[in-house]
Amino acid sequence: MTDLFAARSQMAMSLGFHIIFAAVGVALPLLMVIAEALWLKTKDETYRTLAQQWAKGTAILFAVGAVSGTVLSFELGLLWPRFMDFAGAIIGLPFALEGFAFFVEAIFLAIYLYGWKRVPPAWHLFAGVMVSLAGAASAIFVVSVNGWMNSPTGFRIEGGKAVDIEPIVAMFNPAWVPEAIHMTIAAYAATAFAVAGVHAFLLKRDHDNLFHRHALAIALVVGGITAILQPLSGDLNARHLAHQQPRKLAALEGQFKTEKGAPLRIGGLPNEKTRETPYALEIPYGLSLLAFHDPQAEVKGLEEWPKADYPPVAVVHIAFQIMVGCGMAMAAVGVVALILAWRNRHRLGRWSLPDQTWFLRTLVLAAPLGFIAIEAGWTVTEVGRQPFIIAGIMRTAEAVTLVPHLTIPLITFTLVYLFLAFVVVFLLLRQFRQSPRIVRDRAGDITVGESAAARAKAAGDAD
Amino acid sequence: MNDFVRELSALPLSTLLTLGVLFAALVLYAVLGGADYGGGVWDLLASGPRAGEQRRLIETAIGPVWEANHVWLIFMIVLLFTAFPPAFAALSTALHIPLTLMLLGIVLRGTSFTFRQYDRQDDTVHRRWGRLFAISSVFTPLMLGICIGAISTGGILVQNGFVTSGFLQPWLAPFPFAVGLFALLLFAFLAAVYLTVEAEDEALREDFRRRALVSAGVVGALALTVYLMSQEAAPLVRAGLTQRPWSWPLQIVTGVFAAGTLGALWRRHFHLARVLAVGQVALILTGWALALYPFLVPPDISITEAAAPLNVLRPVLWGIAIGLLILVPSLLYLFRVFKGRNGVRKVV
Repeated sequence: MTDLFAARSQMAMSLGFHIIFAAVGVALPLLMVIAEALWLKTKDETYRTLAQQWAKGTAILFAVGAVSGTVLSFELGLLWPRFMDFAGAIIGLPFALEGFAFFVEAIFLAIYLYGWKRVPPAWHLFAGVMVSLAGAASAIFVVSVNGWMNSPTGFRIEGGKAVDIEPIVAMFNPAWVPEAIHMTIAAYAATAFAVAGVHAFLLKRDHDNLFHRHALAIALVVGGITAILQPLSGDLNARHLAHQQPRKLAALEGQFKTEKGAPLRIGGLPNEKTRETPYALEIPYGLSLLAFHDPQAEVKGLEEWPKADYPPVAVVHIAFQIMVGCGMAMAAVGVVALILAWRNRHRLGRWSLPDQTWFLRTLVLAAPLGFIAIEAGWTVTEVGRQPFIIAGIMRTAEAVTLVPHLTIPLITFTLVYLFLAFVVVFLLLRQFRQSPRIVRDRAGDITVGESAAARAKAAGDAD
Repeated sequence: MNDFVRELSALPLSTLLTLGVLFAALVLYAVLGGADYGGGVWDLLASGPRAGEQRRLIETAIGPVWEANHVWLIFMIVLLFTAFPPAFAALSTALHIPLTLMLLGIVLRGTSFTFRQYDRQDDTVHRRWGRLFAISSVFTPLMLGICIGAISTGGILVQNGFVTSGFLQPWLAPFPFAVGLFALLLFAFLAAVYLTVEAEDEALREDFRRRALVSAGVVGALALTVYLMSQEAAPLVRAGLTQRPWSWPLQIVTGVFAAGTLGALWRRHFHLARVLAVGQVALILTGWALALYPFLVPPDISITEAAAPLNVLRPVLWGIAIGLLILVPSLLYLFRVFKGRNGVRKVV
């Protein structure tokens, strides 16, 4: 394995790991705050219990996100010192702003987690709101950096150095807005779907448990809305790519020839040697229509660029298909949820949770889709930019460190992250098993029971 | 003195302000984040009839604040690569190995602390996470100190933007390790002093008072060792510590603060001791930073050469100013809730 490949693998692994925790850190606080606001409004204790349970999950996942994010900020230099030497001054501003957002998130999360009895209820809710706003802000700022790597602006090159640097122009690079919208919505949709899947699974076995019913309702509203909105933001990105990053668009569509009225390919396996994408279902004029909103528009194919500038076409194309497939499936689930809830409203006279077993089962199956889509989408934007680290400006091979034996940190961090992933999954499963059982009896009174785990333990002790 | 003031005031205001913010972040990371590591040291060394109570106090003390305190480190890194990119590139190349080890420590410290809190509360599991937390709390500052020591040696050589002194030589030496130990003990000392204020129970407070006094002695001995070793190992910093006009006044003030902390601990003025200990650490770092001047990474990377152009520093400083408007009140509120006079007393 070359050191360049080891460095790329370590960066990909670190980002692929961090992005999950970062996304949860953006979205789970929103669910938590909604639950707390509903508690303050309705005085239904179920909501408070729910906010507290979700807060525990947030605490675990945020801690892992915080440390894996620290690793990334160092890895920028440990793996790509020439990149940072060139770009640090240009893109430091959004990084600094992200730092502040992260600061605010950490501070208010601490107040939220440890302050249930120390600060007045309104302040506590405010702390939660700040956590969720700061989480979204830090994601939005850091995506600006990635946007700049995809569409670099705000400087000139003179003698290999960046001059006339305008950090604000660099921060507001053309890729920022479409990418930030897409990533932020993705974080909400993926997290809400994962949460909905978990509670749907538990609800299937424990049909009257208000804890899971309330949880599922909140997750479905957030997940459904964002999943339905996401294809719209996808369209924004497609048009941005068509104008600003045509090389990436050609790769993700497996489009080798420049043509007018280009078809949209569903599936298919791009072949860089024959410069064709066989086995695809082609929808005539589809790509021109989607990318330029004009069926006759010309789409640039990879033939416009030298072979040395091709990204790994097959990887990017397949990752793109996976992302779109997952996204569409999630949007469909969102629409179905909306229809079912609306039918319930028609029938019962009020909005009510769709709890048909088949629907719950669908939600369980849909639970991982959002995170698969995030990983695939991240692959599209990162691998699609290769062989450049700064599109058209600096090649990844020029940016890599001269430090040898990079397989050693790669293997070390991979093992550590596998261990962390294992522990996190284990701890979350424990949290799920400890979900309280809250039911409403015939008189309409709510009783809080013990968790499934506690009941199992009691049964075991009785034997 | 006049030469120094003239030189410093020749720096553009934006560069000077950026350096000031970077230095402030370093001090805050040391006195806040550093003390969290120190807490881990005392977790590892918890002993006597109150070992369990000691660990519980440490957990309560750092639980709500460690993540916020940790952000100062990220803030420093971001500011370094934004405002002084060549320095960041050189440091992360020459110190690749100790920095990577430090990162592993950071990852394991943070996660094991959190996992301990949310995993099963039976003794075996709790202790296993606690052990990992404590060991990584010792390991991480050691690596941080090694990096600081390596910078101080002036052994990181850079030509045309490429590190020429290799990946081992600058840090794999006795002096950086001595600085590593010094940093570790300094953090442990800080933590012990803070814990005397935060302990509720008289006996527990006495435990940490003893620990603070002992570690203060060790810090003194290590400071002397590092100072003596610097003659050979870090001549440039040594000269900065002894031969500049501000050198001796600063040393004397630092000494007065150190003696004051000891005296306050001895006479059980714990709040005063906390203030003086923070001052002591800030003064030690001030001495180090002034001794490095005019370099960021001696002998090849100076402040003026490494600084990003003013049209970069200005918007970044504005960004920081706006950020601080939100950050400062939030941070003060956090510490008021959890570290205020009655903060610890209100049971969670």
